[in-house]
Amino acid sequence: MKSGHQVRPTSLKISHLGKALGLSLALAMLPSAALAAAPTPLPAYSTPAAGAPGAQAPVAADKGAASAEVAGNPVNNEGPTKDAAALPGYTPMKPTPGIGMPVDGGIGLQKQFSPFGEYGHWIHDVVLMPLVAAMTILVLVLLVWVAIRFNRRANPIASRTSHNTLLEVAWTLIPVLILVCIAVPSIDLIAKQYKPAPKTALTVKITGNQWFWTYSYPDNGEFEVNSYMLNLPGQPIINAGIREVGSKPWDGPSHMEVDNRMVVPAGEPIRLQITAADVIHSFAVPSLWFKLDAVPGRINEKVLFVEKPGVYYGQCSELCGVKHGYMPIAIEALPRAQYNAWVLAHAGGVIDGQKKLADTTTQAPAAAPAADASEAVPADNASEAVPSVETTASPAA
Amino acid sequence: MATTADHFQGHVDDHHGHADHDHKPSFFARWFMSTNHKDIGTMYLVFAIFAGVIGGAVSGIMRAELMHPGIQYLGMVASFFGDDASDFNATLHMWNVLITAHGLIMVFFVVMPATIGGFGNWFVPLMIGAPDMAFPRMNNISFWLTFAGFCSLMMSAFVPGGLGNGAGTGWTVYAPLSTYGSTGPAVDFGIFALHLAGAGSIMGAINLITTIFNMRAPGMTMHKMPLFAWSVLVTAFLLLLSLPVLAAAITMLLTDRNFGTTFFDPAGGGDPVLYQHLFWFFGHPEVYIMILPAFGMISQIISTFSKKPVFGYLGMAYAMVAIGVVGFIVWAHHMYTTGLSVNTKMYFTAATMVIAVPTGIKIFSWIATMWGGSLEFKSPMVWALGFIFLFTVGGVTGVVLANGGVDDVLHDTYYVVAHFHYVLSLGAVTALFAGFYYWFPKMSGRMHSEFLAHVHFWIFFIGVNLIFFPMHFLGLQGMPRRYPDYAEAYTHWNQVATIGYMIMAVSIVVWFLNIVYAFTAGKRAEGNYWGEGATTLEWTLSSPPPFHQFETLPVIEDGAHH
Repeated sequence: MKSGHQVRPTSLKISHLGKALGLSLALAMLPSAALAAAPTPLPAYSTPAAGAPGAQAPVAADKGAASAEVAGNPVNNEGPTKDAAALPGYTPMKPTPGIGMPVDGGIGLQKQFSPFGEYGHWIHDVVLMPLVAAMTILVLVLLVWVAIRFNRRANPIASRTSHNTLLEVAWTLIPVLILVCIAVPSIDLIAKQYKPAPKTALTVKITGNQWFWTYSYPDNGEFEVNSYMLNLPGQPIINAGIREVGSKPWDGPSHMEVDNRMVVPAGEPIRLQITAADVIHSFAVPSLWFKLDAVPGRINEKVLFVEKPGVYYGQCSELCGVKHGYMPIAIEALPRAQYNAWVLAHAGGVIDGQKKLADTTTQAPAAAPAADASEAVPADNASEAVPSVETTASPAA
Repeated sequence: MATTADHFQGHVDDHHGHADHDHKPSFFARWFMSTNHKDIGTMYLVFAIFAGVIGGAVSGIMRAELMHPGIQYLGMVASFFGDDASDFNATLHMWNVLITAHGLIMVFFVVMPATIGGFGNWFVPLMIGAPDMAFPRMNNISFWLTFAGFCSLMMSAFVPGGLGNGAGTGWTVYAPLSTYGSTGPAVDFGIFALHLAGAGSIMGAINLITTIFNMRAPGMTMHKMPLFAWSVLVTAFLLLLSLPVLAAAITMLLTDRNFGTTFFDPAGGGDPVLYQHLFWFFGHPEVYIMILPAFGMISQIISTFSKKPVFGYLGMAYAMVAIGVVGFIVWAHHMYTTGLSVNTKMYFTAATMVIAVPTGIKIFSWIATMWGGSLEFKSPMVWALGFIFLFTVGGVTGVVLANGGVDDVLHDTYYVVAHFHYVLSLGAVTALFAGFYYWFPKMSGRMHSEFLAHVHFWIFFIGVNLIFFPMHFLGLQGMPRRYPDYAEAYTHWNQVATIGYMIMAVSIVVWFLNIVYAFTAGKRAEGNYWGEGATTLEWTLSSPPPFHQFETLPVIEDGAHH
């Protein structure tokens, strides 16, 4: 079995970006250098979309703005990205309460919407929880029993027993057997998670930045989307130029909703390539059983499979600086046709390597019939990667 | 060994046990230039309590902030440390400073000094029948290095560390947040604190290993040594082998920060994940460093109050050795989400689960020790029983987290926070309180109030469970660690946790009252105030023991052990 999932960047561009950001950050910390550092042009790792005019604000300018914020000088940069609502022919989906997000007072795992998630949820709820609960209760019962049966009044004369070989062998071997029972499904889950995406799968590249996410769509014309948390009512401005949460009808929970969601097609495997531009972040979505660190200088790759259209929220899960708590993740999974429409709404957005037609609003319905079929059942090229049908523990590499 | 014994043979005329014959040095010489293991142990304990109050106050600020969504108190705290209160970034930075300080203080300046420096120093020589530690002056240096490290950490809070004052990197000090991600001297002060505390701990480890190997009383073979001494011996080896790796890792951080190296910077061919490997190669043994001495104390206490020898003594001793050895080959289970290869992740899943076996042996052996015993529920015993239960809860959630595939959803959530506080805050700290009540009269010569000690236990037990049990729920629901603010859905359990903190804080007040009671109205403690169950050598001495004990070395007879 090869690891194969981890791709070392062949170009040093990303590393340079990380260094440049770090360097400008370092310089900008010095109050005297702050003004000088802010406008420093930073190399953007994805050039084609960077300078393209259109729905997305230029990336390079964004990063400059972000690094200025790093320096502690929030700038009013007319909005780091234009709001998702500005896209023609696309209205963000309204999330379903309690789906893809935590529920108040909840005591278990979030409902899962991916094959790994369902498997992992099963392992947790059916294999692990009963076992650990039984172990804890066993110890508790034994403690209570010895306290009642062998206290000073009930048992004034202590025995001198200090050995029982059979007992000692038993409480060594029985836990070993129990652990083997846990290990079998557990190792199987790991194996399935590492099965790489089919060659034809859509790739989405995710970059963690201080403190926002950049989603880039290399298979769809390399346009980029920057995703910032919506500001919180009654709290100081967190992201300058971003609207407040709750100001649009489709806004989800505070602290979790973003201006531009990461939009992906539902019902097909998606190859996520994750890296970071500055420090380590972690891309995590609990309801999709997904968590993978965004490490500068590395590209971590893993398959994401969202079974149903919907909005799924997550939050950065590796300490990354002051606004670590304010760079959530929102994944909006759409049926293929609506995803295609969303792609074409972006300047430079293309589908299947085709240049987009002039009128995006007429293009979207045209693509719909073909893609509707792929909504419920994964597309042909995807079926081999649906993990639930696999039973072998050997991941192909 | 020979020379040490000869040296003390020279004083054989002094009848030990009579305090009048103790020639204690003057105050300054006694406490600032100490070479006496009991005095140094006392200083470690007092220091750990002092640091614990600060670390506990930090967690109080954190729990207050987390009672409601939004930012309420951080700005106030930030301005106390010299930040501009109107600067929201500095306010948020203060949160990261608090979590960093809480972690570093509790690990390096509370649990380690209390278990190894405090109880280890005090009772390892007494239990093995030694007059003092092997290297008394090095013992003193160990303490003052730890103290200096603490000062360095405190100073870091007042100097710039990025967007505000103080080091905001988390106790793990991950690169590159700790390198180019945090400018200013705060992180350097923090690293220096770790260097100093680490050097102190390495010297302490050398001292303990040498003492245990060479200064056991005649007749006390390794297999007759009390389990607390065994636990400290294993711990000392873990310290000796793991701390140099931490020192290397943080030295590389220092050179990356200040001298332009790129060990952890991809722009120069380095790798941030390398730091995590180095850190956790230290960090995982570190968690056993904190819990193994607790195991040892619990074994002594359970045996004492059951009036029975420890069940399966050899199994208990070698279970600790096994935990120590396996503890060195499981580190990457802290890194399941960094992008490990599939085989690596499978290996670390399997290896981590193996640790449950020796840990289970210990839990079952403690219960078997009590089985058939004549249990007396004095305060140390109640705390020890609490330890066994709480540690079991923390242990089984460790088995859940060991699974690499399941960790993908639980990693870096409050589930992890709940897990490690159950084993450390509720486990190690509960054991520390058990040890405190077990040995406090021995150390001070005054009896504490058993009533207050029981009240302390029950309030503490309810409080800490209210703090940390709901964190399992928060983690399962996906709440990430190290967040000053959260979505409204997480409010309910966070409020419960904060209420739990308030209850726990009351128990600490009861504890201090108990100490005050002991010193003002407590009865004088006899040599062996726990009675027939207390069979180790420290109970043959007066309370407190003479300034120099065992001027005539005790001889251990054949057949006696534990």
